[in-house]
Amino acid sequence: MNDMSFKTVFTPPEPLAIKSHPHKIVAKNVDVYYGEKHAIHNLSITIPDKAVSALIGPSGCGKSTFLRSINRMNDTIPSCRITGTITFDGQSIYDKAVDVVDLRARIGMVFQKPNPFPKSIFENVAYGPRIHGLAKDKTDLERIVTESLKRASLWEEVKDRLSHPGTGLSGGQQQRLCIARAIAVDPEVILMDEPCSALDPIATARIEELIHDIKEKYCIVIVTHSMQQAARVSDLTAFFHLGILVEVGDTDVLFTNPQDKRTQDYITGRFG
Amino acid sequence: MPELARSPRTIRRYRNETIFRWLCVCAIGITAIFLVFLLANLTIKAIPALTQKTITLAIKIDPEKVDAANVAAGDFPAFLKDSISAEFPETTDKSEIKKLAKLISSSVVEDLQRKVTAQPSLIGQTISVNAPLTADADSFLKGIQATVSPTGDNSEFEEAALQTLQKQGKIQSPFAWSLLTNGDSRAPEKAGLLGAFMGSLYIILITLVLALPLGVSAALYLEEFARKNRFTDLVEVNINNLAAVPSIIFGLLGLAVFLNIFGLPRSSPLVGGLVLALLVLPTIIIASRAALRSVPPSIKEAALGVGASHQQAIFHHVLPLAMPGILTGTILGVARALGESAPLLMIGMVAFIADVPTKITDAATALPVQVYLWSSLPEAAFRSRTSVAILALLIMLLCFNALAIWLRKRFERRW
Repeated sequence: MNDMSFKTVFTPPEPLAIKSHPHKIVAKNVDVYYGEKHAIHNLSITIPDKAVSALIGPSGCGKSTFLRSINRMNDTIPSCRITGTITFDGQSIYDKAVDVVDLRARIGMVFQKPNPFPKSIFENVAYGPRIHGLAKDKTDLERIVTESLKRASLWEEVKDRLSHPGTGLSGGQQQRLCIARAIAVDPEVILMDEPCSALDPIATARIEELIHDIKEKYCIVIVTHSMQQAARVSDLTAFFHLGILVEVGDTDVLFTNPQDKRTQDYITGRFG
Repeated sequence: MPELARSPRTIRRYRNETIFRWLCVCAIGITAIFLVFLLANLTIKAIPALTQKTITLAIKIDPEKVDAANVAAGDFPAFLKDSISAEFPETTDKSEIKKLAKLISSSVVEDLQRKVTAQPSLIGQTISVNAPLTADADSFLKGIQATVSPTGDNSEFEEAALQTLQKQGKIQSPFAWSLLTNGDSRAPEKAGLLGAFMGSLYIILITLVLALPLGVSAALYLEEFARKNRFTDLVEVNINNLAAVPSIIFGLLGLAVFLNIFGLPRSSPLVGGLVLALLVLPTIIIASRAALRSVPPSIKEAALGVGASHQQAIFHHVLPLAMPGILTGTILGVARALGESAPLLMIGMVAFIADVPTKITDAATALPVQVYLWSSLPEAAFRSRTSVAILALLIMLLCFNALAIWLRKRFERRW
């Protein structure tokens, strides 16, 4: 490979999804290292608000790393080091003045494996609002829990058993519970790290439907291995390869008319 | 179908499996035999000590020999002698009556004095007393001692008298409550386990109160907050080494530090608890770290993901999930401390202490040390009391382990 491979390639013209939406998260010249390992090379991307952005690419390409950099989950890994800037509503999230706890309250996260707390369904959703003091009293808390479960389209299935353990639900229900838990703290951004990889196709379809329903309220960033999923749910798609952001484009454009050879090879299934 | 018939290889495989299974059964069997032998041996030896031969005596509190104004000066042994001679009207010789009175435990006279002091109106009345016999008389009647005199002196007179009393049905053998209600004593029939039990209880409480918070905090720090560097590696290696240090070393440390430098009271449960807390601290830290590590990281990530601080994630989610493991490790560590005697010897808890400790700075001993003390005494009665003490210790350990299992079940959560 040559110099080309270390350069982020932005494809002109600017994607419509970025142009037509407010810019929620802007990353500029971001490099991420795990100890000696250089996980992300000089990444620059703009993520639009009220839209779904999908990060695709083969395993180990840095898409999850980038996702975890957005809400600073990488802080928990001692060897991780980040340079460059990531701004959230114009404010640098790695600024000394930014409190990581407040940041994570505004940038929620849903993980690959459903990870409800080993507590009741109600407690799972109520935990976030409780620690952030979002509810004025008990009825207010109940309202938040109900609304969050409704928005995560789980309410009908669990309304009679809110005191049952969250871990007793099926995998798909658990994942929707995790989405409800993320929604409950009223975030602006929801990061999803392969939220459907542990689910069956029917549960996956429900989650995708849910993403579609809530996207006009949130800025959603989803990491996925499934190109079909990216094509189905996202407005903007970013293709990562070996720690490099290869191509960003409107989803329909990127999948039908990729500019880069690597993108083309990947989406046509020639490597990955 | 010949293809499915057992080939020689398959047959060999099945044979190996059978042999292995039988070896395992043998291992279990041998262990069980040892355990049964130990318990049966202890129980058989302990049975004689569980009952105490007593004789019902009518004791007249003679107003001529005791003054209500000065009860302490009263001649209480004389009351006992009088009532004994009433039992044996044909015996008139003073020395023989004295011999007979010596068959009755001295606790009778002490009790009598205490009773009359508390209630002077008893003077002049006749009270019926269930008087325990001395351990020698008791052992003779139970057949574990051939003669009443332990030294083999001539004691035919006493033996004949005891046999007469037994034939007359005047001797009962109720349960020896003194084992549970008395402190230690030189006289076996008066010796009980309460002092050692209370000593052990105080020690364990102090150990638990000190070692649990310290151990869990240390484990939390090492597991969740400490940076991984040379220093924490060193700490970790040292903790693992400390867990293997012989317990007597901790006793010497306690002697040098707590007694000689800080001047804490010798033989006190306070110092015992401090020393044993040091002893179990590494065990608790190791168990707690293992328990903390076994909590899936996804739970902590979930908490961090909704904006919990590191500390909230740990205290709301990780620690509660690790609690069963921590408690199990702690209780097993404390149970080990409960059975330790060597470090307690070093800090003077091996002394003969007759009083039941009432506070943590009183001189006291502990159950395992009591076992050690009694086992070195020559009397046959102490031999069986040693077995009782061992059984008491085992029962206490069993209770602790049962508690550990109950707590684990109680706190256990699945995810």
